[in-house]
Amino acid sequence: MIESIVGSLNAGAKYIIPLLLVGIPFYALSVKKVKVYEVFVVGAKDGFTIAVRIIPYLVAILVAVGMFRASGALDLLLNFLAPVLNLIGFPPENLPLAMMRPLSGSGSLGLLTDLVNEHGADSMPAKIGATMFGSSETTFYVLAVYFGSVAVTRSRHALVAGLTADAVGALSAVFFCKLLLG
Amino acid sequence: MLNYIWFGMMAISVVAAIFTGRIDAVTEAAINMSKTAVEISIGLIGIMALWLGIMKIAEESGLIKIIARGLKPITIRLFPDVPADHPAIGSIVLNMAANMLGLGNAATPLGLKAMEELQELNPKKDTATNAMVMFLAINTSSVQLIVPATVVALMGVAASQIFITTILATLCSTITAIFMVKILEKTKTFSVENAS
Repeated sequence: MIESIVGSLNAGAKYIIPLLLVGIPFYALSVKKVKVYEVFVVGAKDGFTIAVRIIPYLVAILVAVGMFRASGALDLLLNFLAPVLNLIGFPPENLPLAMMRPLSGSGSLGLLTDLVNEHGADSMPAKIGATMFGSSETTFYVLAVYFGSVAVTRSRHALVAGLTADAVGALSAVFFCKLLLG
Repeated sequence: MLNYIWFGMMAISVVAAIFTGRIDAVTEAAINMSKTAVEISIGLIGIMALWLGIMKIAEESGLIKIIARGLKPITIRLFPDVPADHPAIGSIVLNMAANMLGLGNAATPLGLKAMEELQELNPKKDTATNAMVMFLAINTSSVQLIVPATVVALMGVAASQIFITTILATLCSTITAIFMVKILEKTKTFSVENAS
């Protein structure tokens, strides 16, 4: 039952983008007589400026994240946190992924691949890891790109709220996997 | 806030690298990541142009307004400072829809368009508004209905098992994000006046 829902959702997903690319201009052209080509070009013009505008913000954040990852600071932090999280039943093998997820998309995908290779796709660590990966976003990257695109430098409570949500997401991934797939 | 976190991450990295003997790796990472950042940004130009063009058509044809009006009951609670028929609401809704369907490529341009429209309503241009923070928090907690294609490829048949756990976990993190934003935006530390 679940498998067929997932199957059809994933199968349907690949039609969404082509449908939007055709459907929106079709509605505009047929119902509202919008000059679709001319309007498209006007809108598309901003693509360059926005992409270039985020460069300094992205350099700042990605360099800090990259240095942090390369330094081994994460491993030191893991050693420190593992005993604490063990108390609440958080599996130590999923901790690196939980900490990497907000920092780096490619880094956390690498860790998930490791989990799958080491324990097998059908194992609990892999399922928890995949749930964590799917239920969260690269918080630091999103903050840098989104705020960078409008030159906002004072982000107020965005990071605290985002990281708290990430932590709750990771904990609930463990909880629901143990509850439903255990 | 970001000032301390940004500096702190780099400072901790250098100190930790001295202990772990990875100072060369840290230097290399700093240089490589600065290149990666530019590659990512430049790589966005094409996709940005494509979706911003399509969005402009959607806007001119009134589609965005129709969508914004339909979801008004939800959006006026999440974004009370944004007028319900403002174009930002349309972009926000489309960005969330793209995220839910796992269309990351479309989600970023739509999200940046929403930020630009929210910035028009912002009286203090270098400081995030309540609406911006709410939008970002919902975004980073990632409301997702479809297991990402990369995970499906990696997990094979087991991917269907994590479908429900992913939705439940994502629901918990999104609800947390919304509550955290609503609570924190009223505190003195994070007020617009004290913003950092």
